[in-house]
Amino acid sequence: MSDVKKQSKSESTPEEMASREYEAGFVSDIEADTLPPGLNEDVVRHISAMKEEPEWLLNWRLEAFRHWQTMTEPHWAHVSYPPIDYQAVSYYSAPKSMKDGPKSLDEVDPKLLETYAKLGIPLREQEFLAGVAVDAVFDSVSVATTFKGKLKDVGVIFCPISEAVRDYPELVQKYLGTVVPAGDNFYAALNSAVFTDGSFVYIPKGVRCPMELSTYFRINAMNTGQFERTLIIAEERSYVSYLEGCTAPQRDENQLHAAVVELVAMDDAQIKYSTVQNWYPGDENGLGGIYNFVTKRAECRGHRAKVSWTQVETGSAITWKYPSCVLRGDHSVGEFYSVALTKMCQQADTGTKMIHIGKNTRSTIVSKGISAGRGNQSYRGLVRIGKDAENARNYTQCDSLLIGDKSGAHTFPYVEVKNATATMEHEATTSKIGEDQLFYCQSRGISEEDAVNMIVNGFCKDVFNELPMEFAVEANRLMEVSLEGAVG
Amino acid sequence: MIKIENLHVSVGGKEILKGINLEIGAGEVHAIMGPNGSGKSTLSNVIAGRDGYEVTKGSVTYKGKDLLEMRPEERAWEGVFLAFQYPVEIPGVNNTYLLKAGVNARRKHQGEQELDAMEFMQLVKEKAKLVELDQSFLSRGVNEGFSGGEKKRNEIFQMAVLEPSLALLDETDSGLDIDALRIVAKGVNTLRAPDRSVVMVTHYQRLLDYIKPDVVHVLVDGQILKSGDASLALELEERGYDWVREEAAA
Repeated sequence: MSDVKKQSKSESTPEEMASREYEAGFVSDIEADTLPPGLNEDVVRHISAMKEEPEWLLNWRLEAFRHWQTMTEPHWAHVSYPPIDYQAVSYYSAPKSMKDGPKSLDEVDPKLLETYAKLGIPLREQEFLAGVAVDAVFDSVSVATTFKGKLKDVGVIFCPISEAVRDYPELVQKYLGTVVPAGDNFYAALNSAVFTDGSFVYIPKGVRCPMELSTYFRINAMNTGQFERTLIIAEERSYVSYLEGCTAPQRDENQLHAAVVELVAMDDAQIKYSTVQNWYPGDENGLGGIYNFVTKRAECRGHRAKVSWTQVETGSAITWKYPSCVLRGDHSVGEFYSVALTKMCQQADTGTKMIHIGKNTRSTIVSKGISAGRGNQSYRGLVRIGKDAENARNYTQCDSLLIGDKSGAHTFPYVEVKNATATMEHEATTSKIGEDQLFYCQSRGISEEDAVNMIVNGFCKDVFNELPMEFAVEANRLMEVSLEGAVG
Repeated sequence: MIKIENLHVSVGGKEILKGINLEIGAGEVHAIMGPNGSGKSTLSNVIAGRDGYEVTKGSVTYKGKDLLEMRPEERAWEGVFLAFQYPVEIPGVNNTYLLKAGVNARRKHQGEQELDAMEFMQLVKEKAKLVELDQSFLSRGVNEGFSGGEKKRNEIFQMAVLEPSLALLDETDSGLDIDALRIVAKGVNTLRAPDRSVVMVTHYQRLLDYIKPDVVHVLVDGQILKSGDASLALELEERGYDWVREEAAA
């Protein structure tokens, strides 16, 4: 512990930071920093000013905002929800002081704690996740600090994007919005106008990032709020594995989320991006829960670049998400592995886009959807082979598993082929957890609930295998916890 | 071991079993034969606890306990095993993993220590030899892509690992070629023990050439019309089932 303290001292200890906040009357400052609901140019200017952003970024935001005003909310997804009043949302709220969080785990929703316990999350981490204002957070700061030193040695930049705007403006300006343009879609435009924070990762040429980069260890990831923006750049011959989220449900008061993630992979670079999304799904009757409208896109800008998306989505009331790959470089590879679970009244419309532009580009899509209760989900995928994409290949497999008779699964595959040399394979199955399978397991001495977990985990195996080891184990457990009481 | 008294069972309102009386002692091997639709599979499914069968009358006592009160997994813990006529595929679920979960659930129930991975692998390898099941099957998904014969062998392998007190073999011989039949029979014979009873449900006498039953029962139209020793099976093979019906009616 003393060791750790020394390390963080150079950047002022958390204790100091906390006490300084108090001395400075930071709490009242925060109140002044929270904007009233509503969105107009002044709000955009205010956000930019609060972050002391350069002129170019303000202009970029304003352009995005103006564009957003001309757009209408998309309604093609197979989900339904009451209209969102974008003027009723507050678009800037300074990071909450520790003082606003629960003082101890006693003040945290017992249901949330129950889930943490089932997932086997240590007490310290539970406090961190639940936003408890205690030492656990300080520990994490120390972890983050140690972490940063190690990355710095190899030249990897991993920091909040607001920090990157300040410290590496030329990098941010060069890449921001080049994969997902500001006006790409309704939610991306909204995000571009009002994003508050997110992650920035830069891997220099030839560097293999020495550890998995996880938002979990980046203390600043807390309360980045509704409009997160992530930008990851992998230079030639570099490699990075990035983990987003964690298996424990996170405390979050915002209902509307519209994040943007941009990945850029240059020649021979590889990016592996894994997500476990377990936000509040709402209650049994569909009340509450997060609306998750995300734009995630990767561009294989260089030859032989490779991007792999792996996602496990079990949270949110509504998920609207299509992590995509633009395969521009010749011989570049895009992969999408997804498990989505919808239960109670959750709705998910998720899938991917694989845009083949370069020659000999390859893409793989493996999507596993599980629906229980009154859950409803759709796979929506586009594979586009451009006219110059000689010898492009795609393999798509989408499987749906239904539990109970009130759940639904739909598949919307779109294929556009403009080059006759393309090879396309598509497999799709829909199955129900059969009474036969359950009885088979039971007759071997396995209880019904364990049998369901076993069958579901077996169904998800191809995707879980793609997750980093530690995540995969947690994902298994997460499915079990999520499915509790889903059968019967 | 098990005592079935005046058992009446309906499926979807239609009576299939119409008063079965059957008692099987420890260590005995019984064969239940009968034409299609006579209720043979219904009987083994009811004993194993499958859903969708309504017991309207009668009782099944197993090791002195009311079997019909128990959930299927509880029956398994108590030592009941059903080798399925049509083993189910469970994609992605490792064959060994399923068995380990089953074995350990039972051990837990009996207050024994659960087996760790090493101990379990040793047990499994030993038993796989018994039915000449290639090691590669152990790590494959449950019955995933198995041929008909492989599925049946896998059932006997599972039986060997789970070491039941009462094994029900539901048409285990159907769809097997002679070589596979011999292997399956060898497996079953090795598992014969003074504290283990076996019930074989079958259409054909063929299986009984390899596994010699102590008692043969003839199940026709939901009732056991005749019981006898192994020679009865040969007689059925030769004369069919009609004479049993006529004899019973007379």
